[in-house]
Amino acid sequence: MNIKNQKMSYFSSALALSLLLILAQPAFSQEPVRIAFMDPLSGAFASIGNSGLKQLQFAADHMFNAKGGILGGRMIEIVPLDNQQSPTETQLQFRRAVSEDLRIIFQGNSSAVANALNSTITRHNRRNPGQEILQINYSAVDPILTNEQCSFWHFRFDAHAIMKLNILTDYIAENPDVKKIYIIGQDYSFGQVVSDNSIALLNAKRPDIEIVGNEFHPIGQVKDFTPYVTKIVASGADAVITGNFGADMVSLARSIIDSGLDIPIYTFYAAYDGITATLGADGVDRIHLIHNDSGNPLPSEERKQYYRAFKAENPNNDMTQPRILTALQMVVAAMEETQSTDPYDIAVALEDMRFTTISGEEIWMRGEDHQVVQGLHLSVHTDQDVEFDADNSGFGLVTRYSVPAEETVVETSCRMRRPRR
Amino acid sequence: MFEVLVFATLNGLVTGLLLFMLASGLTLIFSMMGVLNFAHASFYMLGAYFAYSISLYLGFWPGLLIAPLLVGLLGALIERYGLRRVHQHGHVAELVFTFGLAFLIDEAVQFFWGPDTKNYQSPDVLDFPLFTLFGQEFSAYRGFMIGISVLIFIGLYRLLTRSRVGIIIQAAITHPHTVANLGHNVPLIFMAVFGVGSALAGVAGVIAGPVLTTFPGMATVLGSIVFVIVVIGGLGSLAGALIASLLIGLLQSYAIASNLGVADLLNLFGLEFSRDHLLTDLWTLTLPQIAPILPYLLLILVLIFRPTGLLGNREQ
Repeated sequence: MNIKNQKMSYFSSALALSLLLILAQPAFSQEPVRIAFMDPLSGAFASIGNSGLKQLQFAADHMFNAKGGILGGRMIEIVPLDNQQSPTETQLQFRRAVSEDLRIIFQGNSSAVANALNSTITRHNRRNPGQEILQINYSAVDPILTNEQCSFWHFRFDAHAIMKLNILTDYIAENPDVKKIYIIGQDYSFGQVVSDNSIALLNAKRPDIEIVGNEFHPIGQVKDFTPYVTKIVASGADAVITGNFGADMVSLARSIIDSGLDIPIYTFYAAYDGITATLGADGVDRIHLIHNDSGNPLPSEERKQYYRAFKAENPNNDMTQPRILTALQMVVAAMEETQSTDPYDIAVALEDMRFTTISGEEIWMRGEDHQVVQGLHLSVHTDQDVEFDADNSGFGLVTRYSVPAEETVVETSCRMRRPRR
Repeated sequence: MFEVLVFATLNGLVTGLLLFMLASGLTLIFSMMGVLNFAHASFYMLGAYFAYSISLYLGFWPGLLIAPLLVGLLGALIERYGLRRVHQHGHVAELVFTFGLAFLIDEAVQFFWGPDTKNYQSPDVLDFPLFTLFGQEFSAYRGFMIGISVLIFIGLYRLLTRSRVGIIIQAAITHPHTVANLGHNVPLIFMAVFGVGSALAGVAGVIAGPVLTTFPGMATVLGSIVFVIVVIGGLGSLAGALIASLLIGLLQSYAIASNLGVADLLNLFGLEFSRDHLLTDLWTLTLPQIAPILPYLLLILVLIFRPTGLLGNREQ
């Protein structure tokens, strides 16, 4: 009995081994291309991070994996890393990425985190030639990342804050009713950038506009914005500019609306992830938003179909950042062009790449500073003509003002240090 | 300036009374069991989320009633089957237990309701300005918040000082063994107090949810400040909690309303610094910028100069 069992197990393990060898053969040659997604997946800002993860996952599956993969049949595997939007946690997750040999990191939320990651990666790449890591920044908009702190290993696929503010202030300057502006923002790098540049740009474009308030509040700490709104009312402002996101954005807008103050609010992030639904009817024609992804009507049939496919798979999420897809497409295009997954090869191929997005727009990755140049749009929160709504609420964004890519270009102070190979 | 002052006072009152609803439960639980309940703000969040879900089917008002009851029930169950067992192992174990519970509830909320901001709205009946002063509306809902909080304070105060139940509770705080010897079920009283304390946090969540937005971070935003209030007011003192709540609510509100900064302070002494000075961030610091951390500053001051808190009578 015992011997027979042993024989059986020899036989079965031999069988299993040969089976494994047969199966493993193609698996070795088709090792997946692993890409890390590092953003908050728990904690106060989890909703934005999870939404981004779903979009990247869908982009990889729908655009590439379902069509047979990339580089002759390799699948893309997205590895989520939760950094809780804290620079400290980011360091830990970065070490994890290094130990798991993840060479491409998608990251977008919080400029503070992006800055920390940028300097960590630059240092790591200098010390570990041959094991470089590439930072694909799909959303952090602190201008410093493609100016003073620009890095060969960092690519940005969103327009940075000054580019956006340049267009936003053009739009405000065209509105003769706006005479007094109140600026309020979170007290960190991005909030400061918004404030400083709004003031400078408005002074240049409309010297008659008075800045009646310039306020900072700690990020994620304010329970109730009503005291701030009291100051806005008292200042006599007829428009508000804010770079707030997440709960800070909702609370601010709700407090402004509750106080009965009927003035436009110019924002960067006042849509999706529950924000649109929460603002609802109160926000109609008040909430203006500057972004790189055109709102309704969507510009191309291809993008509409992609959106519908995403919605069919994720009925409770919106495709809030089509640039995640664009970023992945361009990275893959660079891989295909060089037939390599090495970050250096990808980086070289990405420089000055011109790429047509699913919206039908040709965008350009400027080689000088690794900043993408693309069209920008100003949209308004409304329920009229909304073909694709947000949060399944019936409300959504309708684009009112668009600027083509070439008009959004701003100078850079980047003096990039290129590694030698 | 006067208009800002009036509204700052009103805003401070709303925030202060809301904080009191949380702090009253916490301080009650502490004075009774000697447990600092770290999960207290999580019950507040649960209140908001329960009420949001109920409001989808039954509207706001049933939510105001049912959600706190659910939270209270949950609190009582946690005390009965969790905390009471851990109690045998001493205060540290209890502290760690509530600490873990807070994380558990936070994760559970994200698991069931998702990480998005929830569209929890105040009832239409209260969707009108109560009064308009200097061009700014004061919404009826905020008036309602003040009303509810004041009612709860009066109710709680009368219950504790005037009713038989209150006398037993007060006796159980200081002399649990004597009360037990007199034939009262002290563990039951503990469970009830924990339940009521949780329910109070639930009420705060229900009425704060529509104004302060219902999202998974809402417990974290309020959690630490409630401890500050309880410590400043004096651990275990209901009146102290009320005073400290109002104090902190008003302090924050006034700080935000003011436009003072370090620069003004320096100007008093005739000093001025250029913007490109090395420490320019320090010179340009303003009071509104640091308003949300002022309570913690106050906490440190109180702990240094009056460790028992404003009205605390505990021997340290």
